[in-house]
Amino acid sequence: MYVAVKGGETAISNAHRLMANRRRGDRNVPALSVEQIVNQLSLGVDRVMAEGSLYDPELAAMAVRQARGDLIEAIFLLRAYRTTLPRFSNARPIDTNRMRIERRVSATFKDIPGGQLLGPTFDYTHRLIDPSMAGDEAVAHPVKRERPTDESCPRVTDLLDSQGLIEADVPSNDEPGDLTREAIAYPVGREIRLQALTRGDEGFLLALGYSTQRGYGRTHPFVGEIRIGMVDVEVEVPEVGFAVCIGAIRVTECQMVSQFKGSGDSPPRFTRGYGLIFGQSERKAMAMSLVDRAMRADEFNEQRLAPAQDEEFVLEHCDNVQATGFVEHLKLPHYVDFQAELDLLRTLRREAAMASADTPMSEAAE
Amino acid sequence: MNSEPILSVRKLEKRYGNFIGCTDVSFDVWPGEVIAIVGESGSGKTTLLNCISTRLERSSGEIRYRLRDRRFPDLAELSEAELRFLMRTDWGFVHQNPADGLRMRVSAGANVGERLMAVGDRNYGEIRRRASDWLERVEIAASRIDDMPVSFSGGMRQRLQIARNLVTHPRLIFMDEPTGGLDVSVQARVLDLLRMLVSDLGLSVIIVTHDLGVARLLSQRIIVMKSGRIVEQGLTDRVMDDPSHPYTQLLVASILEN
Amino acid sequence: MTNPSLPAYNFAYLDEQTKRMIRRAILKAIAVPGYQVPFASRDMPMPYGWGTGGVQVTASILGPDDVLKVIDQGADDTTNAVSIRAFFAKVADVATTTRTEDATIIQTRHRIPETPLAHGQIIVYQVPIPEPLRFLEPRETETRVMHALEEYGLVHVKLYEDIAQHGHIATTYAYPVKVEGRYVMDPSPIPKFDNPKMHHSPALQLFGAGREKRIYALPPFTDVVSLDFEDHPFTVQRFDCRCALCDAQDVYMDEVITDDRGGRMFVCSDTDHCETRRSEGCQGAGLPQHCTAKAGWEAAE
Repeated sequence: MYVAVKGGETAISNAHRLMANRRRGDRNVPALSVEQIVNQLSLGVDRVMAEGSLYDPELAAMAVRQARGDLIEAIFLLRAYRTTLPRFSNARPIDTNRMRIERRVSATFKDIPGGQLLGPTFDYTHRLIDPSMAGDEAVAHPVKRERPTDESCPRVTDLLDSQGLIEADVPSNDEPGDLTREAIAYPVGREIRLQALTRGDEGFLLALGYSTQRGYGRTHPFVGEIRIGMVDVEVEVPEVGFAVCIGAIRVTECQMVSQFKGSGDSPPRFTRGYGLIFGQSERKAMAMSLVDRAMRADEFNEQRLAPAQDEEFVLEHCDNVQATGFVEHLKLPHYVDFQAELDLLRTLRREAAMASADTPMSEAAE
Repeated sequence: MNSEPILSVRKLEKRYGNFIGCTDVSFDVWPGEVIAIVGESGSGKTTLLNCISTRLERSSGEIRYRLRDRRFPDLAELSEAELRFLMRTDWGFVHQNPADGLRMRVSAGANVGERLMAVGDRNYGEIRRRASDWLERVEIAASRIDDMPVSFSGGMRQRLQIARNLVTHPRLIFMDEPTGGLDVSVQARVLDLLRMLVSDLGLSVIIVTHDLGVARLLSQRIIVMKSGRIVEQGLTDRVMDDPSHPYTQLLVASILEN
Repeated sequence: MTNPSLPAYNFAYLDEQTKRMIRRAILKAIAVPGYQVPFASRDMPMPYGWGTGGVQVTASILGPDDVLKVIDQGADDTTNAVSIRAFFAKVADVATTTRTEDATIIQTRHRIPETPLAHGQIIVYQVPIPEPLRFLEPRETETRVMHALEEYGLVHVKLYEDIAQHGHIATTYAYPVKVEGRYVMDPSPIPKFDNPKMHHSPALQLFGAGREKRIYALPPFTDVVSLDFEDHPFTVQRFDCRCALCDAQDVYMDEVITDDRGGRMFVCSDTDHCETRRSEGCQGAGLPQHCTAKAGWEAAE
């Protein structure tokens, strides 16, 4: 006898209990601490902060743990918390020119004022699984350089700009939009595109950036500069009349020097693609700068044919929290709509069967 | 013939930066008249057609159109809603490549019926009957009504595009090299059909072509363009038999040699 | 390392600023029935596509005295309905019910209850794709112009193609409607069986699409007409059988497969309707039966 499915509540709570059990795993193994995740899985934590649009390593680490290492799930947790946070004020734009640089490379000039600095990078490691990772061998302390107090590391794009060789960075005092707080309407401003990209899915942006290199919206890119390091976050405090530093965050910035353009009025100049990501994520910053440049096609009268050049396509599909939700919603019940389709299909088949029954034998035999 | 022009173009200019697409173009189109714009590629004739049909924004000049209520506004005065309404009722546009003017994955019947549905026809049987009539008028078997244009030959697609445009009884048709993509043998049939329909329906037509033979067959008047400017205009027979501008003489001579 | 301060949440989860923003969008939507109002949809603690739009609308209109009912596929006990109901019970501490007539707010996915809604009730629909023209024209910039200029011919091209190819309009759910003779609207993926219930409903109907960031509305007693042709009029599905549990007819049925030999039975999709009838003493045949759903066009023949 059919019994209507009941007890959804019990099923859900039991499922969650089982999941918690799986998350904890073998109780004889010590539980992961938030410190361990923050310190030892820091690039994963960085990704969660970047795509969760919330800079808080401890919270991100908790989310990674709660999500059992599923980073998109962790991003989702962080986003859902971020929504509820009140806005006290907007920070001043961060100044990457004053970054305390940990890594800095340029592919356009061999030597640059301030020098190139490899920093903590996987580049030039041989990708051999290191047997010492099975244990806990002592790790040597890093070599540290003395930071010259008067060190100046001008951005490569600023050097090009001073010679008029690249489009100028136009400073603006306009309040940028916020795609997490306002409804957006296409076409959107570049600041909204950059927001969407910086919190967009790393894999999606990587694939789109890659596609521009393979001819789907070519931009002839050169890495002007990638820099990673700490920058101060400052907030204007009206009561005291000046900006106060409220802390420092690590960011990765990529300035892509791209296809030059000229017009009747101005001589040709290189154009820019820009990427800025919370934490250390060169891959994403580079992909972002490629896609940013590709989406600026209209500004430079370039034909828009490739997916990476299509603002609506990129922005509507780059968010992995939205994408995963909608893809996965297919597992929710669709009985009602499926029943409607099933009925129609049966009707059509019945009609088709009746129609073929009416067909004379001779024709049917043909 | 009516004594008021249906379309009037004055001092029309289109620039792309410093480059001139077309300039100083003035002419009138009268009801029931077919005007051919001829010239070699790059002469500005397609730019001109696109400006007049508002598919391209003009840089300066006037384009006035006679509405059914006899008002004669500049097209720039019309709202986007009014313009779009004109485009799907009073005007037609026949593209050189039929795929640009058809929905290739929608049946022939729906392609023809779309304009009827767009203006509010809500009777399936009636829409189908009219679509079927129009298919026959453009010599496509009514039995093909549920087939997709992707399964049609080039000539059939072009005839379908013509039917799709004419179903709402427009008054002004723009044509951009309507036979340009077709084999010579197929061209003749499409041209014949166009000539018949234009005279049966009393259509006004502006047709862009590089082929003087097409112009001679369809048009009463001809406008010759070179480097974005009109170099000569007049009755087709007069221009063809007695071209006054050296460039026109060259064009006419070139077809006689062929 | 310090523990981050533990999160605390506002009544009904959303902060009051956000609720105000959403209420403004709702008011605009009510003022322009059927028009999709963009709103700055928030990240919610449930996945996109699982009702984030409906949840945001409900959270913004919910008061402490409200009585909430949540259904999915017509049923109060499907897992997502249970989950959303539990969410509001937790973050807003509101009373919940499964009885349609007791609810002041009903959040739904894919159905409208069989019990007619009453004046003063609000039904909140979860909407996956709010744009009825989306699958005819993928570009938002273009569909907005089409709505602005009432260019709806393309919708009928789709219906025409259905009839030309299948002999019937082959849209069975998310069947497009025209609101007050102006906007074409997607009623969310309810079966077209439920479309007539929207017409002149005394309840306020709100539609929320979280991922697509749109809210739209039907104020009470709004004209809602399903699109069709004069000679192929809109019809709804009819089931020529009765509910195996409560013997109801003329309701929307779920088909239940009872064995692997083709045995199946039909029961009310609306669990509250079914339970109410049973509590009143109605009893169905119970056993698996053979029943075919008949579409209205057949019934009319």
